[in-house]
Amino acid sequence: MTGTTRRISVTVNGTPRDEEVEVRLTLADFLRKRLGLTGTHLGCEHGVCGACTVLVDGMSARSCLMLAVQADDCDITTVEGIAPSKDVLHPLQEAFRDHHGLQCGFCTAGILTTLVEFLRDNPSPSEGEVREAISGNLCRCTGYQGIVDAALDAARRLREAGGAAR
Amino acid sequence: MRGKLVGSPVRRLEDLPLLRGRGRFIDDIALPGMLEAAFVRSPHAHARIDGIDTEAALALPGVHAVLTLEDLRPWLVNEELVVGLPSASYRQFRNRPVLARGEVVHVGEPVAVVIADNRYIAEDATQLVMVDYDILPAVSDCRAALVDGAPKVHLDAEDNLLAAFDMGYGDVDAAFRNARHRFRETLHIHRGGSHSIECRGAVAAHDAVSDRLTLWVSSQMPHSTLRVLVDMLGRDENQIRVVTPDIGGGFGPKLVVYPEEVVACIATLKLGHPVKWIEDRREHFMATTQERDQYWEVEIAVDDDGRIQAIQGDIVHDHGAYTARGINLPQNSGESVPGPYIVPAYRMGAKLALTNKIPVTPVRGAGHPQATFVIERLLDRVARELGLDRAEVRRRNLVPASEMPYERPLRSRGGVPVVLDSGDYPRCQQMALERAGWDAFPARRRTAHAEGRHIGIGCANFLKGTGRGPFETVTVRIGTSGRVHVYTGGTAIGQGTKTMLAQIVAEQLGGDVGNVTVTTGDTAATALGIGTSNSRLAVTAGSSAHVAAGKVRDKLLQVAAGVLDATPEDLEIDGRDIIFRPQAGRIANKKLTLGEAAHVLAGTPGYVLPGGMEPGLEATEHVIIDRTPFAGGTAVAEVEVDVETGGVRIMNYVLAIDSGRLINPQLVDGQAVGGTAHGIGNALFEWMAFDENGQPLTTNFADYLLVGACEMPRVEVLHQESPSPFNPLGVKGVGECGVVPAAAAICSAIEDALAPFGVHIRKAPISPPEIIALIDEARRPSAAQYSR
Ligand code: FES
Ligand code: FES
Repeated sequence: MTGTTRRISVTVNGTPRDEEVEVRLTLADFLRKRLGLTGTHLGCEHGVCGACTVLVDGMSARSCLMLAVQADDCDITTVEGIAPSKDVLHPLQEAFRDHHGLQCGFCTAGILTTLVEFLRDNPSPSEGEVREAISGNLCRCTGYQGIVDAALDAARRLREAGGAAR
Repeated sequence: MRGKLVGSPVRRLEDLPLLRGRGRFIDDIALPGMLEAAFVRSPHAHARIDGIDTEAALALPGVHAVLTLEDLRPWLVNEELVVGLPSASYRQFRNRPVLARGEVVHVGEPVAVVIADNRYIAEDATQLVMVDYDILPAVSDCRAALVDGAPKVHLDAEDNLLAAFDMGYGDVDAAFRNARHRFRETLHIHRGGSHSIECRGAVAAHDAVSDRLTLWVSSQMPHSTLRVLVDMLGRDENQIRVVTPDIGGGFGPKLVVYPEEVVACIATLKLGHPVKWIEDRREHFMATTQERDQYWEVEIAVDDDGRIQAIQGDIVHDHGAYTARGINLPQNSGESVPGPYIVPAYRMGAKLALTNKIPVTPVRGAGHPQATFVIERLLDRVARELGLDRAEVRRRNLVPASEMPYERPLRSRGGVPVVLDSGDYPRCQQMALERAGWDAFPARRRTAHAEGRHIGIGCANFLKGTGRGPFETVTVRIGTSGRVHVYTGGTAIGQGTKTMLAQIVAEQLGGDVGNVTVTTGDTAATALGIGTSNSRLAVTAGSSAHVAAGKVRDKLLQVAAGVLDATPEDLEIDGRDIIFRPQAGRIANKKLTLGEAAHVLAGTPGYVLPGGMEPGLEATEHVIIDRTPFAGGTAVAEVEVDVETGGVRIMNYVLAIDSGRLINPQLVDGQAVGGTAHGIGNALFEWMAFDENGQPLTTNFADYLLVGACEMPRVEVLHQESPSPFNPLGVKGVGECGVVPAAAAICSAIEDALAPFGVHIRKAPISPPEIIALIDEARRPSAAQYSR
């Protein structure tokens, strides 16, 4: 009814996936509905809120604006994949806990993934640079203050851990 | 009270799953065989429906049903959502039909629903539903709606006046007659949305074996949803369960019961499949309630010292097309103008106008930001006209601490007297002014001016009635697992309710927050419940949790005393153990676990319960809260205005608040800062635009601007902790404290920055083009005439 499907191969959070998808399926819906990775959220579906941000080959991308077929052959990291293990959180996640960087938590996945990329490329940011980095992510709950504090603290933790930004 | 846990920044229970992407939000629920819904919505603000042709849509493969009101009727005993709060002031009743009934009265009104294999197909099919509309004249502006001969919002109406009332006290006429000075203002506060980043959504499923309907819904008030479903579907309470999953923000509109939720229930009953509906952002702009449109004509009477003698005025309030909540917003607004000030005589009239726009119900702040904007604009005017410092005018009028509790001869919508309970308002203002460097500002301004920059400072006081009663249910239960379970009718919408309740309960039951689980917003968990609104849960649920935990503690100690052969005074609850710690002599070597104690009161067939105790290591409380604790405080904003572009940058922002005893200071600050962000949006950015035909013009986040991280200043939050005498914890609500004074403080600062141009701000939000227009229309810069 809705036309063609295609086969795609993607690696999601380290696991290879081979899936037949409708060409119009968004990457967000592929991750959420097909793979059950519901940590990636949809806040606007028109590319402004940033809630759906995931890392595609290490670069942040809005999964609501990308089709699953465009991710063919790509390596994708979602919020479920940023912690090093089941029991250990990423320093950003730790810092978000300590600085009250989330309230409802709906925007959080997109902000975490955005900041993973940002701190990797910019390990010693100023407050202004952090604000700039998340200026494409909307949060209605926090007023961003806890998020900014958490990001700055996470940058420090990552530097102290030997610059081992993931 | 303050204890080891209550009053400390305990880390949130909520965070771990959310940080790992393991939250359970409404759209994360996937049930076997689930279908998805999409609504056909009116593209017109007002039209008659002459026919609906669903044939083409039904023919689309993957479509299971296309339903109109006609198709829902067999399941309905009542086809309207009757939710209006009681009031004698209604002139007409405008309940929402569950789907359009021959007429649509706002863009976005649901007309039909498509149920399909998935949302992609459902949305395709909505395009194929042919609705024959006969377009009718619409009214968009609420003032125009009240003019004789205006188009009627509803075809069968005589006019567009939904309700009208007056409130006040004292001899206003005499006060104005004798006043040394009177100043009039015409003010407007515009409409915006809540825009929780998660939109609304519902999943309905019917268990045919037990004939039980379950509705998961992203709602602040599941118990009222249940009551509406009972009324409309004619089912018993025990055949319906309404549950809230994790909620991605609420901010008011999710306290409303919506047609889509009822439709999802009927669709699952009809089709035998679970049905999910997830609102998209565009729908959120057109079908989720909004707030704030009010036009005010107000006048203040003062003496030569700037002391208020009286205030009078009239509000025209945009009610939208239907009553989705009631008369509460202009009621709140009218009631709140006197705020923290002594106003000897007062009269405010309100007219609620129906318009062909999205229904209006509370958005964070609920009428208070408007009232605060109005009184603070008036006080700035007084300062300017009398040549007084703006902060000084306020100080002279604030209710002093010595007058507390201060009763004002006004009543809330529910007849509750307005009694300002506690606090030192002048001191709170002073704290904020000092931190913001108010007295040193003229020097900063001179420096800026020498550099050709225009900076200004503004201050606003506010008061917010919080913790609206009459109660919130809390059950505290220790299970035989040894875990402490808390159940409440309140819902968790991101504000940290679970942590807050766990702190209060753990304080008395072992001190381990990690041993507490909290279930919120589930009609199967508590028979009664009100839900989340009006910054109410810390006050209402907090008080119930505190009292219930105390009762469970008493039972626990009584059981343990019996088992351990001790007196309760020699027992201490530590984590999951009750330990025998005798005051003198005997060695502490005996303990009982919480789980063992729970076993004792769980009962064993044929054995008596010890000491004639009530069964169950649990207690349920509904502490009655019939007096409102008023949170309040002062915001001071310092801004720079670019007089070439009209751009405003907030350079410094201080918020001093008194929200009573703090349960968790970190969460309180989070609420204060987050609310401020919303208030900055209301001051500078958020403009829900409609054209004169009621067409919404801003229906995405590119047109409707939310505050981002770069627009947001660092907010300094200061606390004054004046316990409320009206509840056992001494707390006041805080959820709306940030939003209420923001637009008032910021607009005051902008006006101050533009004082050399003689610009006066009479509306919020104020945009850069409007600022430029105001500058252009004012006179050229003259020798600085700064008002302070
Ligand atoms: S959901 Fe993708 S940017 Fe908002
Ligand atoms: S925490 Fe709720 S939207 Fe950011």
